[in-house]
Amino acid sequence: MTTSNSLVYLIALPLLGATILLLAGRRADKWGHLLGTLMSASSFGVGLYQLSQMLSRSNEARPVTQKLFEWISVGTFNVDAGLLLDQLSICFVLLITGVGTLIHIYSISYMSHDHDRRRFFAYLNLFIAAMLLLVLGNSYLNLYVGWEGVGLASYLLIGFWNQKPAYATASKKAFVMNRIGDMGLSFAIMIAFATIGTVSFEGIKEHAHHTSTGALTAIGIMLLVAATGKSAQFPLQAWLGDAMAGPTPVSALIHAATMVTAGVYLITRSNFIFDAAPTAQLLVVIVGAITLLFGALIGTAKDDIKKALAASTMSQIGYMILGAGLGPVGYAFAIMHLLTHGFFKAGMFLGAGSVMHGMNDEVNMRKYGALRKFMPITFVTFGLGYLAILGVPPFAGFYSKDMIIETAFNSGGTKGIILGVVTLLGAGITAFYMTRVMILTFTGKSRWDAEAHPHESPILMWLPMAILAVGSVSSGFLLSRGDALVNWLAPLFEHHGEHEELLAPIVVSGLALAMVAIGVAVAFLKYSRQEVAAVAPENVSVFTKIARQDLMQDSFNEAVFMRPGQLLTSALVKTDEHVIDGAVRGVAQLALGSGSVLRGVQSGFVRSYAALILIGAALLIAAIWVVI
Amino acid sequence: MDAANYLYLSALLFTIGAVGVVVRRNAIVVFMCIELMLNAANLAFVTFSRINGDLNGQVVAFFTMVVAACEVVVGLAIIVTIYRSRRSASVDDASLLKR
Repeated sequence: MTTSNSLVYLIALPLLGATILLLAGRRADKWGHLLGTLMSASSFGVGLYQLSQMLSRSNEARPVTQKLFEWISVGTFNVDAGLLLDQLSICFVLLITGVGTLIHIYSISYMSHDHDRRRFFAYLNLFIAAMLLLVLGNSYLNLYVGWEGVGLASYLLIGFWNQKPAYATASKKAFVMNRIGDMGLSFAIMIAFATIGTVSFEGIKEHAHHTSTGALTAIGIMLLVAATGKSAQFPLQAWLGDAMAGPTPVSALIHAATMVTAGVYLITRSNFIFDAAPTAQLLVVIVGAITLLFGALIGTAKDDIKKALAASTMSQIGYMILGAGLGPVGYAFAIMHLLTHGFFKAGMFLGAGSVMHGMNDEVNMRKYGALRKFMPITFVTFGLGYLAILGVPPFAGFYSKDMIIETAFNSGGTKGIILGVVTLLGAGITAFYMTRVMILTFTGKSRWDAEAHPHESPILMWLPMAILAVGSVSSGFLLSRGDALVNWLAPLFEHHGEHEELLAPIVVSGLALAMVAIGVAVAFLKYSRQEVAAVAPENVSVFTKIARQDLMQDSFNEAVFMRPGQLLTSALVKTDEHVIDGAVRGVAQLALGSGSVLRGVQSGFVRSYAALILIGAALLIAAIWVVI
Repeated sequence: MDAANYLYLSALLFTIGAVGVVVRRNAIVVFMCIELMLNAANLAFVTFSRINGDLNGQVVAFFTMVVAACEVVVGLAIIVTIYRSRRSASVDDASLLKR
């Protein structure tokens, strides 16, 4: 294990930026965005330096650690605040700081009319620092600090325009649903401490072999709960659509490229737990499979361009979770899809932001149309992302998504066939709704509002989009060339024998492309051959109506959790008022009542007191007389 | 003479005093009745001293006299002050604390 002193700068630089920007206040309004971008970029620089150092070492010596300070030391329980940079973290570090820096640059222009731009950059820097801590922590407890930090940053950024009550509510919803997941993580840490006695990755990995399967399954399920919360997976997925209330760069960075993929990181990082707990691993796969269809179905009905992309994010993360649940063969592909998705989805979100920028912040795709001629650069970059997410060769998604589909088919038995069909179906639906987004936004006739004057965005906005588009085109090819990423990550995972192949890769690719072609064709027939109504039609099938309402996820949560919760609270309030307050008031009443009775004795007349004393004394003497 | 007779006298004097305290309204009379009770007690102490043939009872009687003297000083002062401010020495009128 190599040690290094420079890891901390990865986190310290953006954290310093956030601190300065938040403390300096309005004084920093003129240069705040520049400082924020600089801090993010220098963190990226440190990341590149670390990568170059790592490449120059042999496979076993690649992980780097740095002990910051002794954090908790109680008896045999010791937790150091320490950082760990290995082959897995470096992928995330470069994704977070790289895409993060591009989005900082984009935001300089996108947020230029907002008088709170400095605060926005402070939060962005805070997010980068927290996310880096999440992926660099060397124990679950350190990871937890970053995990909470990104939750906070996400809350602050979703509610950045909290002067609108709906946006403030959206941020609250995201925070509360995330808290449910966070509870899972804290339970996992507690169970790990109680059964294994340590919470560091290294320690748990060492002891995982002789820990009971039951304990590992419990830890695994709790980690899965955490992942579903942060990554918007079923059943804690409902917050992601509303999270689109935040500024579009936030949606691109936090709710597409990085934070929502933290669940995938958590599961991949905990591979030693999931490999030893098949039940938990199966649950991971089921959650992934459900969510990838769930998100895709929501995506087909959304008219809001950002919400359609959010549903797509949910679905794509479903693919990653599914891949991560397939065990050692799937981890690397999950991470590969995560990286390529980071490029193309962030690019598409920035494209959506660019469209909104030119269309007076209109998000309804039914009011777009024919923007191809007015925003050629946005069209091209968005289009490249579109081809990437569809999985058209040789774009990025072709390499990463097809690998997950192939691994799903080859996972063996009935499970493999079901998963394979689900992932293929997901690919088809993805093609349908993404084609729908493309057609509604960029082609056909214009359905704009009267005051819309679409125009191409300035260079600070289209340059990051262009760079991400290059990534969407090339990242898949580069990462899978000679199994580069798989071999890079291989030392982290335990290897099992090769699985038998149910279907040859070429067959899987063919099937996937056929599904994509069907999806595209259906969307083309439905939205390009027919006129698109500028107002969403009402006379639609019941399925469309349900999909428009996010497959009733909010109604379900409301009926199952919120209403009973409200009943419970009101019952508790009634109990408090009547039983607890009643008892307290009763005691007071008793004292008051007996007091007013006894008060009659205190007449204020000296003679009556004297008579009472006399009678009392007489009675006392009589009593003594009788007793003796 | 039988010493018990002194005790009967003492009990009689005490009873007269006690009844006086309870039934009379005039503070001075109430005060005198209290003195009567104290002296009834003194008489009982001295009688017991004679019956037992030691001096303990007589010693206590002297203490009682001292206490009675002090009580007279303080009590009369209070009664005079109340009379000056209220033009009345009735104990029933002096129930201001209650109101």
